Amino acid sequence: MVWNSVSEFVAMGGYGVYVWGAYAVTAVLLLIEVLQLRSHRRALDADRPAGAPRLPPAR
Amino acid sequence: MSRPSLFRYASPAVFYPLAGRLWPWFAVLAAGLAMAGLWIGLLVAPTDAQQGDAYRIIFIHVPAAWMSMLIYLVMAGYAALSLIFNTRLSAMMMRALAPTGALFTVVALWTGALWGRPTWGAWWVWDARLTSELILLFLYLGFIALQAAIDDPRRADRAGALVALVGAVNVPIIYFSVTWWNTLHQGASISLTRAPTMAHEMITAMLLVTFAAWSYAVAIALFRVRLIIRDREQQAAWMQESSEGR
Repeated sequence: MVWNSVSEFVAMGGYGVYVWGAYAVTAVLLLIEVLQLRSHRRALDADRPAGAPRLPPAR
Repeated sequence: MSRPSLFRYASPAVFYPLAGRLWPWFAVLAAGLAMAGLWIGLLVAPTDAQQGDAYRIIFIHVPAAWMSMLIYLVMAGYAALSLIFNTRLSAMMMRALAPTGALFTVVALWTGALWGRPTWGAWWVWDARLTSELILLFLYLGFIALQAAIDDPRRADRAGALVALVGAVNVPIIYFSVTWWNTLHQGASISLTRAPTMAHEMITAMLLVTFAAWSYAVAIALFRVRLIIRDREQQAAWMQESSEGR
């Protein structure tokens, strides 16, 4: 561990805005992609009538 | 087993359940690798002597930049397969990869700006590396827009495949830009022919996050290709009969 305290970790040697700005925006973008895929799947599920017969996929 | 070949998996009906079984493993792998990589990168790796802690942006910037180029090349590979063999699944994979490639390109540019400001004093410069990476973003966005603009999926696939293939010329330009031109952007961080110049914790963290980004991209592409298959093959008999898609 290179940090002596949490506040030192957050400050990132004075570069906190840049470092956390990079990490936060990346995390938000990944989250948006995952949520968008999930809502796309939900929309497709809603289109399909429930209780379709359970058969193995052809071939 | 009449014809055991890779072409078996080129059938959406065969690939669909396979992708459904595989994506969760890649998602778990991505999460585990990312946690390990960020733990080492943010908590264990030493502060850089020249750049202070601003350098810690490298643990996202370099993996994202690598993935932005790799995904484009894989996309171009699927584009070639779809043009040569006219396989439906190749075109679907090409489509499934584009948004994630664009995302990694945005991440590379954004984190680069936030790194450039404290180290170079500028958010953006028009040097060869940054400009060619920006062109990569436009290629991804152009590909996505083109796919969305053409209604007939087969024609959209062919047009998209051409764009993906022609645009692939840009990838080596990005990669070698720092050696071909005099750029403000620094040279390659990792080379197979030179001894590493970074502390080994830094390299370990960077590689772990890179493999995490790779697993994430695989998981997302597999998940998205299933949605594309469902969109396109809703009328197909195998899709009607199976409830595996849930």
